[in-house]
Amino acid sequence: MEGGVAYEQGLNLKATELTLGLPGTGETEGQGGVRNNNKRPMPTSETNEEESQALKAADRGSRAQIVGWPPIRSYRKNSLQEKKDSEGEASGMYVKVSMDGAPYLRKIDLKVYRGYPELLKALEAMFKFAAGVYSEREGYKGSEYVPTYEDKDGDWMLVGDVPWDMFMSSCKRLRIMKGSEARGLGCGV
Amino acid sequence: MDLTPKQSIPAAESTRFPDEVLERVLTLLKSPKDRNAVSLVCKDWYTADSWSRRHVFIGNCYSVSPEIVARRFPRIRSVTLKGKPRFSDFNLVPDNWGADVHSWLLVFASGSPFLEELRLKRMRVTDGSLEFLALNFPNFRALSLLSCDGFSTSGLATVATHCKNLIELDIQENGIEDLSGEWLSCFPDNFSTLEVLNFSNLITDVNTEVLERLVSRCRSLKVLKLNRSSSLDCLHRLLTSAPQLTELGVGSFSQELTPQQHAELKHAFGFCKNLTVLSGFWDATALNLSAVYPACSGLSFLNLSYTALQSQELASLLPHCPCLRRLWVLDSVGDRGLEAVGANCPSLEEIRVFPTDPFDEDMLHTVTESGIVAVSQGCPKLHYILYFCRQMTNAAVATVVRNCPDFTHFRLCIMNPGQPDHTTNQPMDEAFGAVVKTCKKLKRLSISGLLTDLTFKYIGEYAKNLEALSVAFAGSSDLGMQYVMEGCSKLKKLEIRDCPFGNAALLSGLERYESMRSLWMSACNVTVDGCKALARQMPRLNVEVMKEEGSDDCKADKVYVYRTVAGPRRDAPPSVLTFSSL
Repeated sequence: MEGGVAYEQGLNLKATELTLGLPGTGETEGQGGVRNNNKRPMPTSETNEEESQALKAADRGSRAQIVGWPPIRSYRKNSLQEKKDSEGEASGMYVKVSMDGAPYLRKIDLKVYRGYPELLKALEAMFKFAAGVYSEREGYKGSEYVPTYEDKDGDWMLVGDVPWDMFMSSCKRLRIMKGSEARGLGCGV
Repeated sequence: MDLTPKQSIPAAESTRFPDEVLERVLTLLKSPKDRNAVSLVCKDWYTADSWSRRHVFIGNCYSVSPEIVARRFPRIRSVTLKGKPRFSDFNLVPDNWGADVHSWLLVFASGSPFLEELRLKRMRVTDGSLEFLALNFPNFRALSLLSCDGFSTSGLATVATHCKNLIELDIQENGIEDLSGEWLSCFPDNFSTLEVLNFSNLITDVNTEVLERLVSRCRSLKVLKLNRSSSLDCLHRLLTSAPQLTELGVGSFSQELTPQQHAELKHAFGFCKNLTVLSGFWDATALNLSAVYPACSGLSFLNLSYTALQSQELASLLPHCPCLRRLWVLDSVGDRGLEAVGANCPSLEEIRVFPTDPFDEDMLHTVTESGIVAVSQGCPKLHYILYFCRQMTNAAVATVVRNCPDFTHFRLCIMNPGQPDHTTNQPMDEAFGAVVKTCKKLKRLSISGLLTDLTFKYIGEYAKNLEALSVAFAGSSDLGMQYVMEGCSKLKKLEIRDCPFGNAALLSGLERYESMRSLWMSACNVTVDGCKALARQMPRLNVEVMKEEGSDDCKADKVYVYRTVAGPRRDAPPSVLTFSSL
């Protein structure tokens, strides 16, 4: 590790050197990134402190790059990551859902779903109905329930017409319409 | 036995039990260690053990071949197999490394088709293997997959469809390809034998009606662990129909409930008088959490490690759990939360504190040395700790083990590699010195922080019962590893990463490796020549080197050494070099 000489002189020039890279990247391969070369010098008691300081400084910049550290199982990491993603942007992701005839509203987090099929399944499970088969031409066929949403312009739209991402950013709330009112929206019943 | 010449029966026969009696007696021995000891007494006892052995535990799937196992234990009913090295959990092992269960299934299908139980950890399991399992073992009843990969929900569907006598389906923390929740609907309508169902790993929704019908049919169901997307309505109905549950994994606990719904849910929890284990709780809100209070009086294990509880929330929950023996939390509870643990859990034996943000510097969301000390002060029976933190002191660790000298498992992870005692700036040697000097029963130790060879000297000198040691970013020279290899005579598993240990250190363990399960060394100073030297001298070890792209030819980036009676493995991918004595 080329940084070794500087450490032993006690000045630790490398760690305070101005570079454009993250601290610890570049010549000190042993500090972070994929660890190819780990030939650390044997620290004597005098160099321990400098080395640990330098390690800390370097690691702060490149910590996320150390493979497999801290030792958390992928499953746990992914769970926490999903949670962080879903907590991330607060605007517009939790929307109220009403169903005609149901006594109370529900609220769902749109970010939890990866697409329309998942959303519909969740709505169906939540309100105990079947949505029918969606087609662009005829809307939801085969059911008296039709999932609709209010968009940013205040218009009531049929769920599924626009790409998912556009839907996520424009949906203000959901309403599961029932019966005759639903037919006006192009349901093919 | 008095064998005088006037006896007419030959001496050998007069000491024999009939085989059936001996086998009957041996079945009463459950522990694999006892059985192994029994089999060494004499040939008759070896044979009797072989015929009567029902369960075999194989800690390293490459230490023995399936043919050898099937030949020795022809009537095996239950197999536990572990595959990849533990560091594969942290992405240090290439995906195609091996540990495929299929070859085992093929052999068992022809030799031991009465297989009933299969428990796999860190093995590769394909859908094809799951289908083969479901179709070829008519008595199959229990499948447990932990930290495995290679399969999808389609594989689960074949198991549900064909295993008519299934009592256990336990899917945990796997790299599973989650295509749909349809698999649950594959259980036949009249299927009712399930006692354990754990699908907490899965993301896609299952059909709640199918689930509810299944649960109400399976009157012997004891363990039910739902996945994250399971709603509270569904949970409410399940609790009402299955109050006999002893272990429950709730789904995400984050729905907004009306006061009425909350009361009903709480009421339903009140039915569950037999609950000893509670888990799940992704995204639990404080309000919803109070619904579980009625079920907590007999709780012995509470796993809150997927929800970022605050200290006050934990402090409100714990007084309802007076019998708690095991607790897993996230560090969001802070030192204050851990003080509440110390104050409310006098029977606590195990605590695990995981990091909410492992890659984030944010000091607000962590626990410190105060937290672990507070727990030790209130919980004298503590013997298992896993603690992720960003700062620690030697004095605190010494206090902890003084309060709780019975530690068997001490796993401390100071998340910044090479970090010293933050008050004295000294290495953390004395901390682990205190642990090994005080805790005579210590079996498993994970060390971290700034550590010199002195830590290893302490370990070698005092940790005489140590079986598993995990080391990262520690040590000053080969001496470190040598101390351990010389001193820890009961060591079974040693895993080392990013330490300055070279060939001399590797070879210092020559006498030790055959009595160990395995050794892992990655990002150390070991070379290919060192590995070859080891392999040459120890023919009953497999010495494997995983090369990383672009590294020097002479460097042994990752080394995995293990004892085996099966010889070098034949399924290693090109990136794994196997050295043998040949």
